[in-house]
Amino acid sequence: MTRLPGRGRVDHDTTWRFTFDGRELTGHPGDTLASALLAHGVHRTGSSVNLGRPRGIGAAWAEDPGGLVQVEEPFPEPMLLATTIELHDGLVARGLSGRGRLADVPDSARYDRMHAHADVLVVGAGPAGLTAALTAARAGARVVLVDEQSEAGGDLLGTADRIAGAPALDWVSAAVAELRSYPDVRHLQRTTAFGHYDDGFVLALERRTGHLGLAAPRHVSRQRVWRIRAREVVVATGAHERPVVFCDNDRPGIMLASGARTFLHRYGVRAGCDAVVFTTGDSAYASAVDLADAGTRVHAVLDARAEAPAYWRAECERRGIPVRTGHVVTGTEGTEGTGRVSAVSTATLRDGVLGEAARIECDLLLVSGGWNPAVHLFSQAGGRLRFDNGLGAFVPSGELPGVTVAGTAAGVFDLAGCLSRDPADAGPAPTPPLVLWRVPGEQGRQFVDVARDATVADIARALGAGMRSVEHVKRYTTIGTAHDQGKTSGVVASGIIAELLGTPVRELGTTTFRPPYTPVAFAALAGRSRGALFDPERTTALHDWHVARGAVFEDVGQWKRPRYYPRPGEDMDAAVLRESRAARRGVGILDGSTLGKIDVQGPDAAVLLDRIYTNLMSSLRPGMVRYGVICGVDGMVLDDGTVLRVAEDRFLVYTTTGGAATVLDWMEEWLQTEWPELRVHLTSVTEQWATFPVVGPRSRDVIAALAPQVDCSAGAFPFMAWRDTTVDGVPVRIARVSFSGELAYEVNVNAWYAPAVWERLLDAGRPHDITPYGTETMHVLRAEKGYPIIGQDTDGTVAPYDLGMAWAVSRKKSDFVGKRSFARVENRNPLRKQLVGLLPLDRATVLPEGSQIIGTDTLPEPPVPMLGHVTSSYRSAELGRPFALALVRAGRDRIGQTLHVPVGGDLVAVEVTGSVLVDPEGARRDG
Amino acid sequence: MQLIECPWCGPREEVEFHYGGEAHVSYPPDPSTLSDEQWARYVFFRANPKGRFHERWSHSAGCRRWFNAVRDTATYRFHGVYRPDEQKPVIP
Amino acid sequence: MSIQPEHPDFLWRNPEPKRSYDVVIIGGGGHGLATAHYLARNHGITDVAVLEKGWLAGGNMARNTTLIRSNYLWDESAAIYEHSLKLWEGLEEDLDYPILFSQRGVLNLAHTQQDVRDSVRRVEANVLNGVDAEWLTPDEVKKICPIVNTSSEIRYPVLGATYQPRAGIAKHDYVAWGFARRASAAGVDLIQDCEVTGFTTDGDRVTGVRTTRGDIAAGQVALCAAGHTSTLTDLLGVPVPIQSHPLQALVSELLEPVHPTVVMSNAVHVYVSQAHKGELVMGAGVDSYNGYGQRGAFHIIERQMAAAVELFPVFARAHLLRTWGGIVDVSPDASPIVGRTPYEGLWLNCGWGTGGFKATPGLGWCLAHTLAHDEPHPYVAPFGLDRFVTGALVDEHGAAAVAH
Repeated sequence: MTRLPGRGRVDHDTTWRFTFDGRELTGHPGDTLASALLAHGVHRTGSSVNLGRPRGIGAAWAEDPGGLVQVEEPFPEPMLLATTIELHDGLVARGLSGRGRLADVPDSARYDRMHAHADVLVVGAGPAGLTAALTAARAGARVVLVDEQSEAGGDLLGTADRIAGAPALDWVSAAVAELRSYPDVRHLQRTTAFGHYDDGFVLALERRTGHLGLAAPRHVSRQRVWRIRAREVVVATGAHERPVVFCDNDRPGIMLASGARTFLHRYGVRAGCDAVVFTTGDSAYASAVDLADAGTRVHAVLDARAEAPAYWRAECERRGIPVRTGHVVTGTEGTEGTGRVSAVSTATLRDGVLGEAARIECDLLLVSGGWNPAVHLFSQAGGRLRFDNGLGAFVPSGELPGVTVAGTAAGVFDLAGCLSRDPADAGPAPTPPLVLWRVPGEQGRQFVDVARDATVADIARALGAGMRSVEHVKRYTTIGTAHDQGKTSGVVASGIIAELLGTPVRELGTTTFRPPYTPVAFAALAGRSRGALFDPERTTALHDWHVARGAVFEDVGQWKRPRYYPRPGEDMDAAVLRESRAARRGVGILDGSTLGKIDVQGPDAAVLLDRIYTNLMSSLRPGMVRYGVICGVDGMVLDDGTVLRVAEDRFLVYTTTGGAATVLDWMEEWLQTEWPELRVHLTSVTEQWATFPVVGPRSRDVIAALAPQVDCSAGAFPFMAWRDTTVDGVPVRIARVSFSGELAYEVNVNAWYAPAVWERLLDAGRPHDITPYGTETMHVLRAEKGYPIIGQDTDGTVAPYDLGMAWAVSRKKSDFVGKRSFARVENRNPLRKQLVGLLPLDRATVLPEGSQIIGTDTLPEPPVPMLGHVTSSYRSAELGRPFALALVRAGRDRIGQTLHVPVGGDLVAVEVTGSVLVDPEGARRDG
Repeated sequence: MQLIECPWCGPREEVEFHYGGEAHVSYPPDPSTLSDEQWARYVFFRANPKGRFHERWSHSAGCRRWFNAVRDTATYRFHGVYRPDEQKPVIP
Repeated sequence: MSIQPEHPDFLWRNPEPKRSYDVVIIGGGGHGLATAHYLARNHGITDVAVLEKGWLAGGNMARNTTLIRSNYLWDESAAIYEHSLKLWEGLEEDLDYPILFSQRGVLNLAHTQQDVRDSVRRVEANVLNGVDAEWLTPDEVKKICPIVNTSSEIRYPVLGATYQPRAGIAKHDYVAWGFARRASAAGVDLIQDCEVTGFTTDGDRVTGVRTTRGDIAAGQVALCAAGHTSTLTDLLGVPVPIQSHPLQALVSELLEPVHPTVVMSNAVHVYVSQAHKGELVMGAGVDSYNGYGQRGAFHIIERQMAAAVELFPVFARAHLLRTWGGIVDVSPDASPIVGRTPYEGLWLNCGWGTGGFKATPGLGWCLAHTLAHDEPHPYVAPFGLDRFVTGALVDEHGAAAVAH
């Protein structure tokens, strides 16, 4: 055991059990999986993805390139860092070889999302972040403070630093307590800001219950995505220590110096018994000294610089730690089995030349090659970076409106600077770091990205192949593409590339920082938008009735529409034959409430509609209805429907179910952007009106019974007229329109009263065996009459003429939207596809919708010339045979011809007919 | 995700808006007098600059009103918004 | 799962630009490099420069989600994409480069009755055009891709799918490097960090380009600049009907194999495959506004994740590792624009939308032919600019909007 009793911020009095790679181990509350493993001397977590080399814990937090594990219980989650998993009782995890495993059962945990608005968002609760949050809060600002760790303090959690003579963590506690006293401060720990977008928009992931393990309450979301909009964003995200590249630098037991210090101070764990420290700067000395004080034998501090800092040299000497300046690590040896480092080779390095060599046995090698400010969030939002030669790192450069970078993220590496305090708190005077990317040695054993097994040799090979750009090299070598996205390897790679090419790093630049900062589970981003909440379900006022009647529903846009109402033993075909027979012979009723409806009001309402519709609408008299077609500017049919004139200055426009929003937006766009002088207002009333077509020869009897005060005779209430009346005092509007060719009435009522009026209609229709029917029967009835469904019989390439709707295109109007396109060359092409009917000659085959149509009675070798395709196809009770509608090249000229449709392996002969197959003379319209 | 300044409602989230492409492309006064080329130009061709772009937006999930904006298509930054009846602003 | 392939020791020279070439190709992406390769390979034309303003294949080629398929609806589209797919099938040998082309098939899911009609229509058209295609029931979908949620209980249940078995994926970078290597070896000059800033003209003929590395004369100039095409044609006052939008994509970390094919869905916007190393690769929706920023808004990603988890519940705890954006150049009919410009000697190739990667060898082949013969290859002839005047569009989104 390397746990130090009483040390760190873990609860030594409580012991938890967990399992790693099948071994049952123990840890304490406050541990991470990594600290608990290290407490048992376990460094190795798995193997590398390509070479299978041992991999281990290399840092104490998210920058670790090595310690990947798979959580198996409580629920499988792949590719997590042991350093960021908070230990809990019963955790089961195992090491990985670079690839994780997804659960094979659905994740039942909840995920959600919250919005927050702030004057100031501070990212990071280290010394700089806390200072910023305090400053803003004291000024009365609305503050959100997020920090990725389980508690505030940032790097201070892993040090023994002091502030104003007291432990730094006392200062942290006081700051947190003060922040808690402000009502407008929201302080979130375990919350990682992972994406920074325009205008102060930051996304942060709060891990809410994962650390509770099996005890996590099921009603609380496991993770929450915070969508924070802030006027000012303070990026106080600290810095990542980076390694130096040398031979066999990828073994377990090789760790960033700051990581070992954190394991010691925060978790009370000594990462090794015999340590060597290899550094290019001052900060690693504190790790050496603290570890020595904790009982680790520190055999040497190898400082690549010519001069060691005097203060730290003295501290080391006091503890008997040899400090060797001008020394580097040239290679390592490992232990059989775990692969853990067992010795390091060291040598002097002067002017790029290695000198006298030595070997030091150890079980822990701490490395510090300098610090990379965590500029990710600054860069994601468009902040520019510059390469600082002194630090050997990219630092923020220039202004980014609304964004401030503070503390080590800005390249400020002393605590006093981070606290914005006077330098009295400052530590010893720093000695400038040495920027050293790699030690001379065998390139193929020098790992730049241990997660991807990518070496200096790989970089050299890429450059030798002709590559000059960092992006090319990254793609060639895969450096920086692993779980850590190059947090420690990215800048090192740039440095080595620059070195090998002999160009300055600043000219090469770095690869782009992209969200997310750390990996985020898909489910967290999906939030609640799953299942029924994936997309809103729209239902009509009669939905419960439909469900009770056993309707089978289909999705039409967001709507749930009854497709048919099967009776016991009926399949869809049987139900539809029954329903359509009822509508043709007796009376049927449909819930057509999903039809789009737009209330068009204003003195210029008729002018607007004349410009939008291909037909003339201004000549429509109040009390009457007209069918109309809308085209795009390209002259292709966009939507259709009836238009009901309510008054001189008011129309009620019906659209298709799927086209409602499109048509409203279309009209608004023209009205507002092209014709603002028109005095018209548009209002969607789709949800306000319920609409029930009552269809069939007996429909007049039903309407007469429902509304006895309305004269329903054909003379008094002609086709394409509408009448207002009341039923039980409820206003009802009845329109004589027909989408089936039968005598039909469309009953419209305020949706609040829909169920009542529907029931009244059913009562009134009972003597006639009124039959509710669904969309499938509606489609059959309309297809028998050759009425197209926009979006089914059209596809955005069909003009009104192609549908045989020249009658719906006004010749009187000088212009309307789309008119000019009709005159283009292609629109006058005699070979355009036209809507026709098809009758399979075998009188039996229901042609699959979508089938293609060919002219020959044998199938030639591909490519086979195609004449068109089947758009709608049904069995017809009325015709006693199947039929179809189709778009066919020069279709109207082919009426009477026999064409062929490949179905399965066969060719089905079909006769081309006009599109109207039932009641072509229109005799049934008046009943 | 940006904040977009609706001239009537003030700054709102991008998801509330609908994009309308290039602004100031007027419907031709008499399309029937146009050649097929001229008509095609109106129907299908829109400017696609990299940089400042006068474009249309609609606050579709808010006040439902259309407005114009000057936005940089490289940086996505809005340099101004104005109502359809206002003059095209001169942006420095 | 394969590990990293061995790359050749040498890929390309980094020459200084000459002052004159027979052919100058603007844009060192997949299309430009493929065109250069086929100019050399098929037509013996090697006095060619490919000018790239950044690094080779660093635009959409580096950012796309690598789907290759040819199951397009219209004859004109099927012809060029099928030609391309056939070239893909021999490309590894042709380029002598491990491009990791994997014909794992693509499923296009249908979620509404209209999806079903459109899908059957496309399958039937594909079959008659000689493109492999099948219509599958939900049970058959489940057999091919067991992790798809085919439950009838989800918001938009899977009603079936089209399946193109010969479709697949490849490694985008390796494809580009393979073309670049062969072109460079054949004598083509690949000039990076060379931005075209203007054209030199003689009357209505383009005679060369002005660049950040000096003027370069050219017998012919081919525009292979995707979303940046109009910024170039604007210099000549030639309008081109494309709009450039952000299109985002994303990857997960490396995962053990779970997803054996490619799945696309329009209604529940998903496009996902699992790449060779094991990461899930997904394409998100197009951002609505014009943008050259190579980044998009995050709500598009969130929507994408919701759709992914809805259709693939096992993805719940996969992790989003990296997001990025490309610039998708969209034409009015969602079909490419290839062919003549009002300037003699200047050829257009843009508007590929989400189809550019899969068309890479096919377009390269046809554009090289076009340049060599000064006449559009029959497969690209239907895609000329004049179609917007006549109205003879090849309306792929009107017919069966299938992105990616």
